[in-house]
Amino acid sequence: MNKSMTSLRITVIGTVLTLLLSVITFNARAALTIEITGGSSLQIPVAIAPFAGEEAYPDTLSKIVMDDLARSGIFKLIDTSGMIAPRLPADVRVSEWRAKGATALAMANVIPQVGGRIDVQFRLIDTVRQDVAQVVQLAGYSLPTTNAQLRLTAHQIADIIFEKLTGTPGAFATRIAYITKHGNSHELQVADSDGYNAQTVFTSREPIISPTWSPDGTKLAYVAFDQKKPIVYVQTLATGKRQAVANFKGNNSAPAWSPDGRQLAVVLSRDGFAQIYSINADGSGLKRLTHTANIDTEPNWSPDGKYLLFTSDRGGSPQIYRMPSYGGEPVRLTFEGSYNVTPRFSPDGKSFAFIQREGGKFRVAVQDIVSGQVQILTDNGLDESPSWAPNGKMILYATERLGRGVLAAVSSDGRVKQKLSAQASDVREPSWGPVLRAKP
Amino acid sequence: MKRLPLYLLLTALLSACASDPGTTQAGAKVEDRTAQKPVAPTEDTKPLIPPQTAVNPLKDPNNILSHRSVFYDLDSFDVKPEYKALVEAHGNYLATNPNAKVFLQGNADERGSREYNLALGQKRADGVRKILSLLGAKDAQVEAVSLGEEKPRAECHEESCWSQNRRTDFLYQGE
Repeated sequence: MNKSMTSLRITVIGTVLTLLLSVITFNARAALTIEITGGSSLQIPVAIAPFAGEEAYPDTLSKIVMDDLARSGIFKLIDTSGMIAPRLPADVRVSEWRAKGATALAMANVIPQVGGRIDVQFRLIDTVRQDVAQVVQLAGYSLPTTNAQLRLTAHQIADIIFEKLTGTPGAFATRIAYITKHGNSHELQVADSDGYNAQTVFTSREPIISPTWSPDGTKLAYVAFDQKKPIVYVQTLATGKRQAVANFKGNNSAPAWSPDGRQLAVVLSRDGFAQIYSINADGSGLKRLTHTANIDTEPNWSPDGKYLLFTSDRGGSPQIYRMPSYGGEPVRLTFEGSYNVTPRFSPDGKSFAFIQREGGKFRVAVQDIVSGQVQILTDNGLDESPSWAPNGKMILYATERLGRGVLAAVSSDGRVKQKLSAQASDVREPSWGPVLRAKP
Repeated sequence: MKRLPLYLLLTALLSACASDPGTTQAGAKVEDRTAQKPVAPTEDTKPLIPPQTAVNPLKDPNNILSHRSVFYDLDSFDVKPEYKALVEAHGNYLATNPNAKVFLQGNADERGSREYNLALGQKRADGVRKILSLLGAKDAQVEAVSLGEEKPRAECHEESCWSQNRRTDFLYQGE
């Protein structure tokens, strides 16, 4: 990690755009605060020019884009203060931006349309290569949006810039789910990936654990204790309706979605011990997948749907195994240390994140499936619940700071680290959702 | 049932009127009761006896059955030798009191995976259940459940609290 890298602190103040009333209200609840430590040693210098017309809207779009890119730790944002917002590529003096050190320039026009619609015309200009006659455009999009979805549009622009300059899709236009605990109040919350727009979707006096996004991002599966024992629920976010999909004798927990969203792997103790089952997302078609007198838990589906990773103590200590997703003979994957738990396939299926305990410290690690090579990514001591960004570049996890539960994120190469905390609450059990598509 | 006291009062009244003066001892002064309220004869009534104050063995601090927690080492679900007597006492109690029912609640400390801790708590509770079963407790008398790390007895973030939270509790029905 580059120790000389300055620590950057971005304080996020939650705002809510109320479209129907066409007024701005400030969300009284403090959203997540994101703090970045460390950064990539090779940062891509990029300039985000002020967007023409953005001053008419409460959220400064170019600032949202800059904050996203800065938070990733792999971009160096060129200072654009005092620069005039270019409206057309012809307005851009490439040499001027190159002199400031930029390799690329993002520019946009924000144009109000009839009926409350907004058109954001965005371009990414190459400031290194220069054609004699015209500037070289790396990307050009016309993004139709609305007042309520302006922040989402800004995150999508950041995703385009990220992909054009790194070759990997961005994951800014995403949401995260997590649990907060304040006193005896447990809340399941959903927020944008930058901590804005935090909303509570379920509140209980009893614990909530293991929230996880459906592959299409419309539902959350989670475990709630409000009926005095753990039951697996699926809640549709748009309607707020929830259904108990696994409510058998004993404990019901550890839901994991199949990649097609039709099934869940769950863990039931109806036969005495925690064992892994599959069940249809509507609660029908229960099928037992493991048959041991040991703990088998924390199933996680491979992106191609063929395998399940899981934690088992069948070898005398908790270790990570892989088996076919229809059940069948498991293969042990972890051998170092006496406690390896919570396996989570990377989005490309080539590696998995997990929690490894060594010397009393619990840390986030990544293991390559083929080579078996392990890389430890964190050094906090009480890390739990790793969850991949959909582009595989970051891992969100839960940890503890000053006796309080906080969320943190680490890049999959271990270089960039972020801490996310909410005021006066313990935050835990994060789950990173899929990339959001704009609703036209 | 409001009529009952009136009925008893009438019976008492009749009994008092029917008492035979001839049964009184000779020379004894016959008490004039006409001006007094009738008194119920003792042979038809019983004193109210206070409820038995026998000590409930489950609540008696001097009885091992009042001890309700088994504690564990890190990662372990083995019942340590020092808790064998406690578990055996509960097993014998359940065997000799077939109407008694007990919940075994397994718990884990806060470190590591919440889901693994839920499963570990289950394994701890289930380990105690098996011993109780061997001692003659019926399956229907014992239910093993887990609270994982979700309901810590002690809230600090160090071993002094963690050791209290690695635990199986006995909770009898009705408690």
